[in-house]
Amino acid sequence: MRRVYITGIGQTPVREHWDRSARDLAASSILQALEQAGIDKADAIYVGNALSGELTGQEQLAALIADFAGLTGTEAIRVEAAGASGGAAVRLGYLAVASGVHDTVLVTGVEKMSDLSGPAVEEALATSTDEEYEAIHGLSIAASHALLMRRYMYDYDLERRDFAHFSVNSHRNAVNNEYAMFRRPITVEAFEKARLVADPISLLDSAPVADGAATIVLCSDKAAGKRANSSVEITGSALATDAVALHDRPNPLFLRAVQESAHKAYAQAGVTPKQIDIFEPHDAFAILAALSLEASGLAPEGEGVRLAMEGEIALEGRIPICTMGGQKARGYPVGAAGVYQIVELAQQLRGDAGANQVDARVGMTQSIGGTGATAVTHILRSP
Amino acid sequence: MMKPLRDVGLVGYGAYVPRYRISAEEISRVWKMGEDNLHLEEKAVPGLDEDTTTIAIEAARNALRKAALDPSKLSAVWLGSESKPYSVKPTATIVAEAVGATPHTMAADWEFACKAGTEAMQAAIGFVGSGMADYAMAIGADTAQGKPGDQLEYTAGAGGAAFVVGPKGESMAYLEGSHSYVTDTPDFFRRPNQHYPTHGNRFTGEPSYFTHTIMAARALMDELGYGPEDYDRVVFHQPNSKFPVRVAKRLGFVEEQYRDGLLVPYVGNTYAASSGIGLAAVLDKAEPGERILLASYGSGAGSDAFSFVTTECIARGRNPIPQISDYVGRRREIDYAQYARHRGKLMMY
Amino acid sequence: MSLAKHWRLQQQRYRLIGVQCEDCGAKLLPRRLVCPQCKSHNLQPYSFKGQGMVYSHTVVYDAPSGYDGYVPYPAALVRLDEGPLVATQLTDVDIDEPYIGMPVEMVTRRLREHGESGMIVYGYKFRPKLKD
Repeated sequence: MRRVYITGIGQTPVREHWDRSARDLAASSILQALEQAGIDKADAIYVGNALSGELTGQEQLAALIADFAGLTGTEAIRVEAAGASGGAAVRLGYLAVASGVHDTVLVTGVEKMSDLSGPAVEEALATSTDEEYEAIHGLSIAASHALLMRRYMYDYDLERRDFAHFSVNSHRNAVNNEYAMFRRPITVEAFEKARLVADPISLLDSAPVADGAATIVLCSDKAAGKRANSSVEITGSALATDAVALHDRPNPLFLRAVQESAHKAYAQAGVTPKQIDIFEPHDAFAILAALSLEASGLAPEGEGVRLAMEGEIALEGRIPICTMGGQKARGYPVGAAGVYQIVELAQQLRGDAGANQVDARVGMTQSIGGTGATAVTHILRSP
Repeated sequence: MMKPLRDVGLVGYGAYVPRYRISAEEISRVWKMGEDNLHLEEKAVPGLDEDTTTIAIEAARNALRKAALDPSKLSAVWLGSESKPYSVKPTATIVAEAVGATPHTMAADWEFACKAGTEAMQAAIGFVGSGMADYAMAIGADTAQGKPGDQLEYTAGAGGAAFVVGPKGESMAYLEGSHSYVTDTPDFFRRPNQHYPTHGNRFTGEPSYFTHTIMAARALMDELGYGPEDYDRVVFHQPNSKFPVRVAKRLGFVEEQYRDGLLVPYVGNTYAASSGIGLAAVLDKAEPGERILLASYGSGAGSDAFSFVTTECIARGRNPIPQISDYVGRRREIDYAQYARHRGKLMMY
Repeated sequence: MSLAKHWRLQQQRYRLIGVQCEDCGAKLLPRRLVCPQCKSHNLQPYSFKGQGMVYSHTVVYDAPSGYDGYVPYPAALVRLDEGPLVATQLTDVDIDEPYIGMPVEMVTRRLREHGESGMIVYGYKFRPKLKD
């Protein structure tokens, strides 16, 4: 296998982009990334996107984006794995380069969500659950996570407010990220008072529906040339799956796919959980971040929330997470989120994270589909 | 008198009443109609996810448990209702599928206003009595609608009752005979695509409810050679709390004979289920060897009268199968706004 | 609106029919082709009794299309007496009543309807046990 470097990144602000479509957002992030990488074409484009058919009526999105970005003719394919679409696209881009099939590829994550709202978006998001046995019962994606959270609270004797620290941390970190959607801090009190969307999950515990696109350029060492010395390297990449439905898992509070993908990635990168300096988890809901910390071996079972309560996830903590705002405060354009995570971690590892800069050599991202049926873990190392 | 060649009876029965109640007082509060309309305490209101199908399914499941019968042995699942969820497509096939009676069975919906349930029972008696079938299920179920502000709104309730008709030897109550009485009397009707029915006010009384009920009941008693004193219990259709009491008295019955079967003050007029729920309540309390008179009424108009005698099996399954009192006692009071929502009177879309 | 996709799941939805593994005895709902415990392919239909306890619960306020007319509604994971978990709505219960461990039983209710002219989908929900 060949070494794989990230030689360029691009991202649009995460917003409700009323005036921009998916192709527009995606192409502008591609142009930024190409410019940064100093190239004008790539061998292939992998587009992570979860809901373009559901939300905008557009399929064959990858060809559309390639053409709009001036890369007509380029191999392009859309990758779908619900919330893990972005991470899965990175995984495919990585495989293409590491295997020697391609030397330079683009991985773009894009989601255009604001064209629909309310129940229509909830319906689209619920397609990441088991349609015949979960969604048909009116379980929204928040409701599925609420079932996990309620049980977790019961098993570990916690209250709803104890989960606030994840959102508080994400919002604090988003203040300094110009690409983030919510650049304002929130308090534990505000978290407690927030309107419920699926008890015990509230608005301030749910990553917001948003539009956005992010792109990375992946190069083999050959293609990267001298840039390899100043580029972040992907040293671990793994994807694992679990039953889509919560009820089909022996223990719903154990994220098996997260554990498997994390452990494979650790093994490949030759690191242990202790060596992870910074972590970008899939914090679509606080409970998912907590369970991810546990399944990834970064917190003992039942201790994920306590890690946040004790401040260990802050920029100055033992394992900083969501350092640029995470899904919660940067915003959650579903299929793009996994690529945003890589972009943000690359910023950190290159020392480009500005006021939120963490002293880090090894970082990890995790992109999760639904309630944990697909999990993609990437481990990155600083230049 | 009608009596099948083969002796039959009720081998199982079951009923269902939804959880929600609105009081007559609350309805009166909205429409300022005064105390004079408070003929009953409250009426049962279906939940947002309930309809005639779901009500019939639970009543049918209770009846099958009482009968301890393999549902695949049912040769018919017949459902009488005026509130079918589909105008075209049998509700009975959904019920038959849900209780496990399909596929080698008959299933159909019956319509005869409030006596559609006993119409199905008459047919089931004939079906089993002729030897064509060993077991047939007759259900009456409704989620009745009354126009807001109308007198009917005080009474139009929801509920279901199901009966498994089978051989006399297995029955909890066997049939002595029945009588049906029908004329063309337009006292109450609903045209296609209309949400609420039209009724003839006082015309629904004397020439309609009273004449038909009394004629059917009296004819059956005469044919059987019985007088009111021969019955332990009587059950009539219960459109309000006055009519069944008045009809009982005119037929010579006294309060202790009709009291246990009079549920309208607590559940309202459950239309096609009304007399069936009354019968189920009576069967819940009856001892072996009691004679019971049942006379339904359906607008349009007609009455079916039946004479049953309970057997040694009458107490079968009283625990743990829910009784009518379990459903009547399970109540959640709602206000008029919630009621309006439950009954689709709010424009949601 | 697909009619067939609901029709083909009727038995599972109306009567909680899953499968039992003939080799290791595992009872599974929903049905599967391969036993997750012993990998056997020898799975036969099994009818669940419909009794269980609440494993976890929620109340949905922001609902997907088709369910927004029912909000707020309680939903749960129910642990059936035979072992499997089932995702379901709770019914005939106030939204603040459910608790982990609450005994519940299966009933058949409307899951949704596809508009005024579309199909009505019926299936299982669970309610507090009516009678011990």
